[in-house]
Amino acid sequence: MLGILVSIVDGVLVGSVYGLAAMGLTLIWGVMDVINLSHGAMIVAGMFGLFYLVTLGLPAYAALIPVLAAGFAVGVGLYWMSVHRMIGRPPLMSLLATFAVNMVLIGLGTALWGTVLFNVPVSLPGVAWKGYTFTGTHIMAAVATSVIAGLLYLFLYRTRLGKAIRAVAGNREAAELNGIPTTQVLALAFGLGIALACISGALIATLFPFTVLSGTAYQLKSFVVTVLGGLGNPAGALLGGIALGLLEGLLTPFMPVSWTTVIEFGVFVIVLIAFPRGLFGFLRHARSR
Amino acid sequence: MIRALRRPTLWLIVAVTLAFVLLPLRGNDVALREGLLLAAVYVILATNLNLMIGYAGYVNFGNVVFFGLGGYTCVWLVNSHAWPLVAAALLAGALVSLVAFLFGLGILKLRGAYFALATIGVNEGVKAFVANFAPWGGSAGIYLSIEAYQPLGGPARGLWIIYFLMVLVMGLSLLASYGIKNAKFGLGLRAIGQNEDAAMVLGVPTRRYKALIYSASAFLPAVAGALFFFKSAFIAPDDAFDLALSTEAIVAVMLGGQGTLVGPAVGAVFYEELRSTLLTAQAFSHFQLVIAGALLLLIVQFVPGGLMGWIYRRWPRMRRILE
Repeated sequence: MLGILVSIVDGVLVGSVYGLAAMGLTLIWGVMDVINLSHGAMIVAGMFGLFYLVTLGLPAYAALIPVLAAGFAVGVGLYWMSVHRMIGRPPLMSLLATFAVNMVLIGLGTALWGTVLFNVPVSLPGVAWKGYTFTGTHIMAAVATSVIAGLLYLFLYRTRLGKAIRAVAGNREAAELNGIPTTQVLALAFGLGIALACISGALIATLFPFTVLSGTAYQLKSFVVTVLGGLGNPAGALLGGIALGLLEGLLTPFMPVSWTTVIEFGVFVIVLIAFPRGLFGFLRHARSR
Repeated sequence: MIRALRRPTLWLIVAVTLAFVLLPLRGNDVALREGLLLAAVYVILATNLNLMIGYAGYVNFGNVVFFGLGGYTCVWLVNSHAWPLVAAALLAGALVSLVAFLFGLGILKLRGAYFALATIGVNEGVKAFVANFAPWGGSAGIYLSIEAYQPLGGPARGLWIIYFLMVLVMGLSLLASYGIKNAKFGLGLRAIGQNEDAAMVLGVPTRRYKALIYSASAFLPAVAGALFFFKSAFIAPDDAFDLALSTEAIVAVMLGGQGTLVGPAVGAVFYEELRSTLLTAQAFSHFQLVIAGALLLLIVQFVPGGLMGWIYRRWPRMRRILE
């Protein structure tokens, strides 16, 4: 019984990091109605960014800051390269444009690094509790996630720029009429979303070994999380991540790991069909009625 | 019917299919046959995907799930139940179509990006399931023994038979796409693609049409998958449900021009040629995905109508000749 509880807590710790990646995805969707299919590639970019910074001698958690900054810069660049011309066009076009970026990046990655397993050595003492140990890196990742999510909240709700982002998400034309430079705001939001993908990738790299191709799996997890939390809802994404982690932690003691994927996708498709506004969106909607 | 015979597109389909049959026969050219077989597979996938993307306006990122499931059903029937190839391939097609119809009733309630996400989920979910499904060999997959080729008269003859069957499936795909495009059904689909709510108000049975086209776009790819994996005599989850193949089909459709009949096929052949050239050139063999991606990005940004869209704009009369 205690073992299951420990497994669930660990699942929640890791799940919050998935939530971070999903927050990026959902921010981009909410502001510009684009589903970013290059999210997985950017998660991997964050992993490799951290790997090289740590190899250069930076402590892992200090290296998160340059990863965040670089992710933002890359994101703004990607916006102008691939997404800008897609705004307001049918969803097929933006899906394909971001997918194409994903193909290019993953192709370059496999050509450069192959599909070898990489590992960032981080050693943190764990917390022992009644014969069980909570891994130190998992706790630290969850702490970092909470800090970043908190900062994002402050940014979106307490600064002018954040309010501008929310205004554009709410109604782009009205925002434009009120003098908000919407195009720049879109680029900013995309950069922010990519930065979140990179930083969650960097955090995942401190937890598990990774390859160039790991991005696909984490991107799919972000979709599951986003759909659980409701597309376009950052707070829901964090909750969705925690819910997914909870599910994983709950299932791990009972079945082989390979089956959890099947269940995750089952949940994904069912939630998508039954509650397209997300599980939490659905609950909130039901309560407000 | 007679009027249909006068339309050049129909004759073009027949001519291309015949060319696929005759070209490798001349001089028994096995290398050419292998290249054309792959091209035929791409044409089949792209043409059937175009039914969804081009006609109905629904982006299916997981179209390879039909190909893989067809392959699995066929290889399993041949291996464990000693079914003859053609019967196994046909049953595989029918079963996958049925599964697609049932899936379709569920996920086609979703629109736009939500649908696209669901199709990725379906493909990955099926892949993860098959990797755990013991009767289909789990993640190790199924190997066919060389005896499976006996009913076809040995491997050498069997490979030719499979090739002709594949070309037949390609011809049928093109014919089906042609037929659907010019029927009331196709008109309804394109109405859905342009404005689903308006189509519904005007009396197009959108729900049934969408489920039907989803299921129809599953049948021939499943048969093609059956033939393809019988030929390789091996099937495993990662090969069968490879999202990269889905994407390549999308690239082919976009390259040629979505919503046209000829476009996806031309795009598929062109893409296959490009791919094999890149694969054989030492310097580029690792950059095949990069180039496909860059190509897709350029098309989406600058020529969203693809090759056919460009031709139609340049010479509007071609609209009637090349559909």
